[in-house]
Amino acid sequence: MIEFKLPSLGADMDEGKLLEWKVRPGDTVKKGQVVAIVDTSKAAVDVESWSEGTVFELLIEPGETIPVGTVMATLLEAGESAETAKRTKHEVPVAKPAAPTPAPAAAAHPAPAVTGRRRISPAARKHAEELGVDIESVAGTGPEGSVTLADVEQAAAKKVSPARTATAPDKTPDKAAEMRKAIAAAMSRSKREIPHYYLSEPVPMRRATQWLAQANEGRPITSRLLMAVLQLKAVALALKKFPEMNGFFRDGAFQPSVAAHIGVAISLRQGGLIAPAIHDVGGKTLEQLMLDLTDLVKRARAGSLRSSEMSDPTITVTNLGEQGVAAVYGVIYPPQVALVGFGRVNDQPQVENGALTVMPMVTASLAADHRVSDGHRGALFLAELRDLLQQPENL
Amino acid sequence: MKMTYREAIRQAMHEALAADPRVFLMGEDVGKYGGTYACSKGFLEEFGPERIRDAPLSELGFVGAGIGAALGGLRPIVEVMTVNFSLLALDQIVNTAAALRHMSGGQFSVPLVVRMATGAGRQLAAQHSHSLENWYAHIPGIRVLAPATIADARGMLGPALADPDPVVIFEHAQLYNLEGELPEDWRCDIVSAAVRRAGTDISLITYGGSLPKTLAAAEQLAAEGIAAEVIDLRVLRPLDTATLAASLRRTHKAVVVDEGWKSGSLAAEVMACIVEQCFFDLDAPVARVCSEEVPIPYAKHMEEAALPQVPKIAAAVKQVLGR
Repeated sequence: MIEFKLPSLGADMDEGKLLEWKVRPGDTVKKGQVVAIVDTSKAAVDVESWSEGTVFELLIEPGETIPVGTVMATLLEAGESAETAKRTKHEVPVAKPAAPTPAPAAAAHPAPAVTGRRRISPAARKHAEELGVDIESVAGTGPEGSVTLADVEQAAAKKVSPARTATAPDKTPDKAAEMRKAIAAAMSRSKREIPHYYLSEPVPMRRATQWLAQANEGRPITSRLLMAVLQLKAVALALKKFPEMNGFFRDGAFQPSVAAHIGVAISLRQGGLIAPAIHDVGGKTLEQLMLDLTDLVKRARAGSLRSSEMSDPTITVTNLGEQGVAAVYGVIYPPQVALVGFGRVNDQPQVENGALTVMPMVTASLAADHRVSDGHRGALFLAELRDLLQQPENL
Repeated sequence: MKMTYREAIRQAMHEALAADPRVFLMGEDVGKYGGTYACSKGFLEEFGPERIRDAPLSELGFVGAGIGAALGGLRPIVEVMTVNFSLLALDQIVNTAAALRHMSGGQFSVPLVVRMATGAGRQLAAQHSHSLENWYAHIPGIRVLAPATIADARGMLGPALADPDPVVIFEHAQLYNLEGELPEDWRCDIVSAAVRRAGTDISLITYGGSLPKTLAAAEQLAAEGIAAEVIDLRVLRPLDTATLAASLRRTHKAVVVDEGWKSGSLAAEVMACIVEQCFFDLDAPVARVCSEEVPIPYAKHMEEAALPQVPKIAAAVKQVLGR
């Protein structure tokens, strides 16, 4: 029996509303198949299954709002029949959270009636102090309802925004306000937990602009390449030499990622932003990346993203050049460990071969997690990025 | 090479007797009978009655004679049949052997090794089955060892004989028939505890006859997704608390398994050390699995019920983990 649970579609999501099931009991489900559409506070997301099997039971009704991690459906594994599955189900009752409102922390695991103070393990108390977590708000799941290290880590990982629980299910929530709250939670967590350091490097762009103009000559407007695509590819190639910028910091340890799934920060028309991933940027041609980027922007603004795009960016790239800003120093999106920013390309006086010249320049910046990498490596990463952009034909 | 724990003890004594003419073995039935646990079979014929000496049934007498021989320059190995009987020799060990270096201002040392069987599980009832290692671990002036593996059975005697002060070695009666591989490099120290199985979720701390049970419990827990670290104390005095603390800082939780009775046990000492040194690393109360507080029963099912067993250890672990 496989449990299909509501995945976290980003560090700022702690609940979601089921809009629609895309499967029915008895359907066969393949890996990567879209099984449900879930409304996060940011978008309606196509949620994919990571397991193969046959749909057995759908446990959540469309319209229900449920916390991340709730079992939404059960799938039968190959060789399992409905009868055996039912039996195991009765023997080991699946804990199915009653639903829409996440229970207030303290009530989640009622401690037995004890006199004296709450049971909090010494290690949990110390760790909560280190993480800046309010220990009194953490529910205990350890022996005799005690608060353990794991409870503190879980509480630190998903701090619930208190206003969220007050949302009445019958009222239409204010989408913009919800998104603002979600961004606030993720960014506060980032600045609270991640010791950022910032570096920037001016990058000459004459060769890249010339190459791009040439490459776009004769192309119809719809298939022209944008500078953003060159920048994304250059970031992906630079990451191969600097794995400490690419991956997740979880449970006190860094997990590097082999592939670079680059989250692209996209501002939304109704306000707010979203940063879904283009997968394996290093392994794609510029033409393919352009198609992916166009498609991603269109779907992000239409609010129809896939769950894998939401949950697995290993680094984020933001380009505020088109808004006319010279440089951007970003806030890392947890659990990622780095964010690369590009400002606008503009002509600058530069000294080249001893003579003053006019050079198109862009400021590339890096915000990185000091728990994982140091400024020295960050500087080398930006230098590598600069050099890669001097050889646009190799991207 | 595959061998039994008994054979490893025998080889260790044989090596010592062959290498050093000052070494001799003395105890009840060590000669003609070949040892109660057959650890000295054939020694009488090989080394002669001067060096393999059958002693009368007086622990006080022959342990005292061993102390005298050690003071006189010999390197005696004194075998006491069980820890229960060694109580008759407590006066010699505690008041004389352990105290002489101190009382003589460092002029006399007592390089004595006392070996004795300990522990239950063989239906020998209350006068042959107790685990009183903690009585000796309480006494300054002696070193207390508990070999729990084939390698330690083979390796601990050498450094014990080389120690200028008294060393008491506890051999759990249920280990003699344990069979296993003697590693090529069986030489060891008599200072440190050993991590017998690495794990991240909880530290199981034990020694002697409880080690195989604890390892079996760890194996069973692994199947349930619990990675238990198993630490063999090896040296009961002085305790290697650094190894314990290092493990606790990794796992944050501990269960102590000790065949002694709970009240005033060695397990209690280990727990106190953990709380003294690792309080702020603890994520749950430290638990222990000890023998029930009764004289060890004769009836098989009652004896089994009185001792630490694999299910009791696994249950204690789950309770500490809140599962």
